[in-house]
Amino acid sequence: MKSLAITIESVHKAYGSYVALDDVSLDIQAGEFLTLLGPSGSGKTTLLMALAGFVRPDSGKLLLGDRDITRLPPNKRDIGIVFQNYALFPHMNVLANVAYPLVLRKIPRAEARQRALDTLARVKLDGLAERNVAALSGGQRQRVALARAIVFEPRVMLMDEPLSALDKNLRETMQYEIRRLHDHLRITTIYVTHDQREALIMSDRIAVMNSGRIQQIDTPQRIYDRPSTRFVAEFMGEANIVAPGSARRIDGAEPSRETLMIRAESFHLDAKLVGGNGVALEGILRAKAFRGENWLLTLALDGGQEVLVCIPAALAGGCAELAAGQRMTAYAPAAKVHAIPGATA
Amino acid sequence: MLEAYPQNRLARILLWSFAALVMAFLMLPTLVVVPLSFSASNLLEFPPHAYSLRWYENFFGSATWMAALRTSLILGTLTALIAVPFALLACISMNRLGGKTAAIIQSVLLTPSITPGILLAIGLFFVLAAQHLIGTLFGVLVGHVVLAVPVACIVLLPALARFDWNQVQAARSLGANWARAIGGIIVPQLRISLLSATLMAFLTSLDESVISIFIASGRNSTMPKLMFLSLRDQIDPTIAAISTLWTVIVVAVVLIVTLRQKS
Repeated sequence: MKSLAITIESVHKAYGSYVALDDVSLDIQAGEFLTLLGPSGSGKTTLLMALAGFVRPDSGKLLLGDRDITRLPPNKRDIGIVFQNYALFPHMNVLANVAYPLVLRKIPRAEARQRALDTLARVKLDGLAERNVAALSGGQRQRVALARAIVFEPRVMLMDEPLSALDKNLRETMQYEIRRLHDHLRITTIYVTHDQREALIMSDRIAVMNSGRIQQIDTPQRIYDRPSTRFVAEFMGEANIVAPGSARRIDGAEPSRETLMIRAESFHLDAKLVGGNGVALEGILRAKAFRGENWLLTLALDGGQEVLVCIPAALAGGCAELAAGQRMTAYAPAAKVHAIPGATA
Repeated sequence: MLEAYPQNRLARILLWSFAALVMAFLMLPTLVVVPLSFSASNLLEFPPHAYSLRWYENFFGSATWMAALRTSLILGTLTALIAVPFALLACISMNRLGGKTAAIIQSVLLTPSITPGILLAIGLFFVLAAQHLIGTLFGVLVGHVVLAVPVACIVLLPALARFDWNQVQAARSLGANWARAIGGIIVPQLRISLLSATLMAFLTSLDESVISIFIASGRNSTMPKLMFLSLRDQIDPTIAAISTLWTVIVVAVVLIVTLRQKS
């Protein structure tokens, strides 16, 4: 099976005056696992549906390999899709659901059955082939949907928030299994989610979307540590956006004139842990909360801005004794201080 | 919900009696025909003095009535076979289009069901006359399909509104064209609604008289048309026998379908 690269070229889609996709361009390599991440209404599902063929772009081009699929009907695209609600066929049993794409391709009955059974084994559903779809648990339905989407060996897979209906533990298991399946099959995969942790765990690259545009596309680590916009910084976790001049350089040099992004967990209370190269933020402790694995401190800087400081419980020897209203300093190493280009706090 | 039931015993008896009266009022005009049909008399009299099956013999022995019965059954079947697939496709498109467009299509499609039958019949008469289709089975069929489509739509629209459209998208992504997605995914899951729609369309045609009176003629006369004509020309209990049979057939069909739905 050969998976294909996907090219999205200046795709635009508007519903009346509402712009769902605003000139989106994206290159996905063959075999890559790319996540479209963004809040609801950011355009990620619209982009996925355009690739699937259910949304026709107003302008722009979609390419699978070097084939233009912009005008191709969904049934001719050979793309496996896993829907948010699974969209299993309730009038067919598990085997018939999985064999359905093979039957459509006029594959002989015995071969279709065997391939469906093999695929069910691959998603660990052996023995449930004759089961009624209604009798399955949420996790099992998810696996049937997955099996049905890969059984016909599509060259591209699209997944639309496939895990959002599962509870937390099952979701984590499935994240791991979907990624493992991808590593095995190497099908080019576009995965849509609004859960930033899920995106970080699963993806080769993440494209963060907001209001119909791609804000940043990069590896999970770079998206997290080096966000290119304030939106990405804040969407990816507890980010502090620090106004120019609020942070003092530990080495005494001139403070930066840029807007800085410092993640809450990048701070230390002990200057020695940071070394000579870093920044210090001074302020008054407003609130503190113990969250099990860490302490969350809210610090009010002298300029009035509030900063969240997250200290791992293992390093937070003194946190329990801190009292609200007391003056304190939080330190962050230079490597963890990121200047956001062109942003204003 | 429970407070809708009167606490007072007398009030409860009155309520039940009133409900029973309404039921009786609805049923009796239909049922009164039954004893009339078994009368031995030449006149419609109630209660009959003597009983016989002669009016049933009269009906089954009459070539005219038999031709009309055949016409009605053929028309009813054809009407259902044409109107239901048409209504299904129309409902799918309305469901997909949504918004104002769907509302406009819906009001156009449902117009025949709220237009007075006589107006529809007159309009249809002129249209069919221009095509020289007056008196043909096809002409009546057109009229019946026009009447049956809104009936089928009323049954199918809510069923489609409840249908999970992702399933069709899933089928399409798995390689099904439109025809296979509709035939393999929508139809099997809507089979009960489709059966109801078929039955309603069939009964709409079977029961229709105004269009038949205007457009059908001679050997293409339908049962209701012949019943009207025979009531006008001569009143004998054959009509009661036919009505009884008609009622039995309709009730039987409805019962069979209802029981099938439950099992």
